[in-house]
Amino acid sequence: MYAYDEIDRTLVNERVAEFRDQVKRRLSGELTEDEFKMLRLQNGVYLQLHAYMYRIAIPYGTLSSEQLRRLAHVARRYDRGYGHFTTRQNIQFNWIKLAELPDAMADLAEVGIQSMQTSGNNMRNVTSDQWAGVAPGEIEDPRIWAELLRQFTTLHPEFSFLPRKFKIAITASEHDRAAIKIHDIGLRLLKNAEGETGFEVLVGGGLGRSPFIAKTIKPFVHGRDILSYVEAILRVYNQYGRRDNIYKARIKILVHELGIEKFSAEVEEEWQQIRDGVLKLDDDIIEDIRSRFFYPAYETLPHMPDELKQAAHDQKFEAWRKNSVFAHKVQGHAIVVVSLKPVGGPPGDATADQMDALADIADKYSFGEIRVGHEQNLALPHVRKRDLPAVWKALDAIGLAIPNVNLVSDIIACPGLDYCSLANARSIPIAQEITRRFANHDTANLIGRLHINISGCINACGHHHVGHIGILGVEKNNEEFYQITIGGRADEGAALGTLIGPAVPYAEVADVVEDIVEAYLALRAHPEELFVDTVKRLGVEPFRERVYATR
Amino acid sequence: MPLVKGGHIVADEFVRTAEDAELPAQGAVLVSASRFLADPEAVLGRAGGKVGVIWPNDRDVDDLVPHLARLALVALVFPSFRDGRAYTQARLLRERYAYRGELRATGQVLRDQFVFMLRAGFDAFEVKKQADAEAFTETVKRYSVFYQPTGDGRLSALHQRLQLRHSESAGL
Repeated sequence: MYAYDEIDRTLVNERVAEFRDQVKRRLSGELTEDEFKMLRLQNGVYLQLHAYMYRIAIPYGTLSSEQLRRLAHVARRYDRGYGHFTTRQNIQFNWIKLAELPDAMADLAEVGIQSMQTSGNNMRNVTSDQWAGVAPGEIEDPRIWAELLRQFTTLHPEFSFLPRKFKIAITASEHDRAAIKIHDIGLRLLKNAEGETGFEVLVGGGLGRSPFIAKTIKPFVHGRDILSYVEAILRVYNQYGRRDNIYKARIKILVHELGIEKFSAEVEEEWQQIRDGVLKLDDDIIEDIRSRFFYPAYETLPHMPDELKQAAHDQKFEAWRKNSVFAHKVQGHAIVVVSLKPVGGPPGDATADQMDALADIADKYSFGEIRVGHEQNLALPHVRKRDLPAVWKALDAIGLAIPNVNLVSDIIACPGLDYCSLANARSIPIAQEITRRFANHDTANLIGRLHINISGCINACGHHHVGHIGILGVEKNNEEFYQITIGGRADEGAALGTLIGPAVPYAEVADVVEDIVEAYLALRAHPEELFVDTVKRLGVEPFRERVYATR
Repeated sequence: MPLVKGGHIVADEFVRTAEDAELPAQGAVLVSASRFLADPEAVLGRAGGKVGVIWPNDRDVDDLVPHLARLALVALVFPSFRDGRAYTQARLLRERYAYRGELRATGQVLRDQFVFMLRAGFDAFEVKKQADAEAFTETVKRYSVFYQPTGDGRLSALHQRLQLRHSESAGL
């Protein structure tokens, strides 16, 4: 955990006071809606279909139990008793009143939670691997750097009014759980030949109406130079990014139009002017940030405790353990992923009661820490293996021992037309229907790892382009249709999915997904070949045939 | 529009002249970039009086650099408060090219941008709303913590912490 100190707390409180004043001026009419819009967006406040939506940052996905309890409090006190975790390590509340927002913000500020720049045309919440600091084999904890970047990006005096939103993600593991290749800037932590820490810097990734996989702009930037290098990229983007057309304003378009060579030459020229300036990080500063992360005092524990051996006789426990428990860097410990994808439920939602209970479970079994992942699931990052049976029981008691992590029903979906004013089609009911179709755990297990991503519109909040199966809602003659892509992925081998054929009507989507899955089961080379690898080997044609032969 | 300078609402000594109107021989004038660049010596070489240039936000400030030492005012433009290009121009002028004259924010200048503008190097503000101009002093005191270092010299939170730490250990 990173602990806010007096300095961080002061800034957050000053921000709350400023927003309180802005809301007051809006309510009195002193500020027009046009003027207020940008200010509220910079504070994570959207005007959605039915009400104001409030988006809160969970920097690099790390939460304390105290913070999670406070989120539950906000859900209960100011909203309708639940919250929605998003693909950006944020949580959203959907039914909050504008006049009460400053109070909700002040309540959150007390525990070091804020919503600065969770929307608007500025640098958004810096995201990272949800297993940062506990994943085996990572270069080092990427959150040290994510925190340096969080501070750098917060209320930046030059880049708070960019052409468009700007997202940075960091990973420190070979297996990329932060989806860095679909971000404006992706950072991959590595060591150079001299053993020094630095980053491969990628730029220009993103989804939406023009999806791009990020390109490497520089294979190694030393850690001490990372802020100046990011500043150089942003400065070029701020000056030359398009502002004439909102759909062409993201940095990916600038990189695409200039070409990566020309773009990187511009950045290099700028960087050479500033790299030895005020942004250069010395070891003292890096160490100071590092010292403010607290790690549990792990015990020395056996790899396979008796409690686990005994519990293995329980089939239900085993089913859950196989899909939800992951290797930890410290022996005798495990990472537990808590699926927020119950059969028939909206992906990513948690009730206030569940949040409170999970905070208690974290206190008892995970050193008071919870993680939020971009798959819209939560995780307990430091569970002793001997406690796994107890954790499972405790999760089961609150409906969160759902054994489907990474399986076909572990669906990523945006809120879609049920909540979002941009959407063309519903996402949540599609996700709910698919989870019902694949409710049988044995079938889902047989299918294996398969990621379905659903977006209710071209803006791609559900990351449909990079779903193994991607589902995109579109509107045709006032009816909801869905385009289906296959073969996308968001990890280190990131790829955009390929369209399999004409869009299908709402009522047929789940059937189509079933057809695709059946085709895969018949076509895979062996049971270990993942769906996405079968698609890579065979292309989309056999799937297209299977789906459209009878349609 | 009220002009705020040095924290106070002041009268604007600069006279804007229409593009094709003759420049007054004396007094402070504010001219467009195109007029200035067409013949910088003619504008700068008047008998007396200061010269200011309105610099558009889509034009490289490099073109202005050779003349900076002789300019009393550079006015940068916010055509909408959403368009932040002038923040970059301001920092470049102040930090890279060491411009020390008046750096004025013009256009859609609202109180909610004052802190960003000050930190980017602006020291004069043509404010859109009278009430915002009047609230200047109070508004710019909203923040006491700044995460990033910029050319305004304010200590960043990172350095503030280190200083605290050093002074604590020195006190022991």
